[in-house]
Amino acid sequence: MNIALSAVSARRARISSQWLVIAAFLAPALVLLAVFMLYPLVSSVRLSFVDWNGLGNNAKFTGLTNWINLAHDAVFWQAFGNNVILAVTSVVIELPIALVLAVLLEKAGRGSRILKILYFLPLLMSSVAIGVLFKNVYDPNFGPLNVGLRAMGLDVLAQDWLGDRRFSLASTIAVICWQNVPFYMILFLAGLSSMSPELYEAAVLDGASEWTIFWRIKLPHLQGTVRTAVLLSVLGSLRYFDLIYVMTGGGPENSSELMATYMYRSVFSSFQLGYGSTIGTAMFIIVFAVAMVAMRMTRRYATEV
Amino acid sequence: MATLQGQRVFPKVRIGVPLLALIWLAVTTMPFFFVLLTSLKTQEETFSAPVWALPSSLYFGNYLAVLRGPYLRYFGNSVFVVGVSVLLIVLFSAMAAYVFARMRFKLNKTLFGLVVAGMIVPLHATLVPIYLLTRNLGLYDTQFALLGPYVALSLPISIFILTEFMRHIPKELEEAAQLDGCGPFAVFWKVFLPLSGPGLATVAIYNGIGLWNEFIFAYMLTSTPAHRTLPLAVWDFQGQYSSNIPAMLAVVTMTSLPLIVAYGFGQERVIKGMMAGSLKG
Repeated sequence: MNIALSAVSARRARISSQWLVIAAFLAPALVLLAVFMLYPLVSSVRLSFVDWNGLGNNAKFTGLTNWINLAHDAVFWQAFGNNVILAVTSVVIELPIALVLAVLLEKAGRGSRILKILYFLPLLMSSVAIGVLFKNVYDPNFGPLNVGLRAMGLDVLAQDWLGDRRFSLASTIAVICWQNVPFYMILFLAGLSSMSPELYEAAVLDGASEWTIFWRIKLPHLQGTVRTAVLLSVLGSLRYFDLIYVMTGGGPENSSELMATYMYRSVFSSFQLGYGSTIGTAMFIIVFAVAMVAMRMTRRYATEV
Repeated sequence: MATLQGQRVFPKVRIGVPLLALIWLAVTTMPFFFVLLTSLKTQEETFSAPVWALPSSLYFGNYLAVLRGPYLRYFGNSVFVVGVSVLLIVLFSAMAAYVFARMRFKLNKTLFGLVVAGMIVPLHATLVPIYLLTRNLGLYDTQFALLGPYVALSLPISIFILTEFMRHIPKELEEAAQLDGCGPFAVFWKVFLPLSGPGLATVAIYNGIGLWNEFIFAYMLTSTPAHRTLPLAVWDFQGQYSSNIPAMLAVVTMTSLPLIVAYGFGQERVIKGMMAGSLKG
């Protein structure tokens, strides 16, 4: 009787002490996430119904006004369109280049070490440094790009790359590719490194060419990695900000505007905190929806295969 | 015989692939040469001589000018902010990962799912509220303004990486430690933390590089050189020296140098860290 009782209370004590341990270990992470992620997201939704310049207590509740304005805001839709263009070009340009480089590095073995080290370099630079660097490369008068084109007698092709609304988006996207290719290359290298060498050796013994091995063995093996890469580059493109803000600020005339740069300017240049939060919340909804759809699709895909 | 056939059928691939490697090598490295060459020229020389010409003499005036400015201040701020952030990220995410990997309780899966979902949150949706919060807390434009957001936003992926890692630590080690009389805190400190070394390194490297180069929060939450980090040095100098191209490119070199030097000491470690991080990202 006594023994049973003490066993029960000991068990209870153990359970409550286990909860204490769980709480103590999780507390720092959960508190920080609540304060700097959950609360801001909720607060951003709340601010999206408000008209406020960010100073004083004169915030005015305006209901759906911001959202209705957003739906009719040509600049926002242009920005959204640019985000979509960025997403598509990232997938179509960055990923194939990265994949080819990864396969190449993996195949070349030891000789590729120095190449890998050099290819990696853009990943170590901040977007501001890269942006300022390429602003100089693109400089219409003194930049090496135009100087090089003129030296080759291609004066016609020398343009005001960032200042001309026809080229600003393409010029910035090219730099974004320069910045991102090494990241996806590393991702694919990681995927390739988990491939068993026996498979490759068996294929070589069977007389398969490099080309066949790539299409029939390596690419199918990388299926999951490719899906991850596509998802990452689409989500990354929808929330992209840095390089475009540094190089063009979204201009000229919103030609290279993205949702994030538009949001930033609405808040910190036009002091429309409410409207800026509406753009931010819209971005969150779009990114979240895309992520959900993608995950549902890959899950279905995964169960089918 | 078979491989010979392969060679004959696909000669284009065999030439094309190394060619592509060289082209990409040029694409990657040429901008660095441009920066380095130009930053060693005088301002007059950049206007008179062609861009690709070597500087007539090595001119270090631009670098000296940068060093005489508040460069070291920015650098110190970066070391402080990134150092403290990475330390806290590693500690807090390891603690949370230990619970998610090892403790059995009802909410485990739900909580883990919620935390991991944080990986897809676009930062920009949190910007305005975090800006207001920082202002209200009196942290605006201080060294501490960036710590909270940096640690919080790095936690989801770090917890994800470390939980995976800790799941693979053998149960026997934990049980042996418990038999020796170790409580959960001692088990964490003496068994899990030391055995998670490679995972912790991955988390530290992956987040360290990202935060060292972080721009938008630093730009928004600080305003004076006394509290700004290195990426902002480029931004601020850009305003000051907009017409002095070599000086601006000297700043670009100087701000990129610390990470590149660190990378020089352990490329394999850094690349491995990024590999593991990117796969999970």
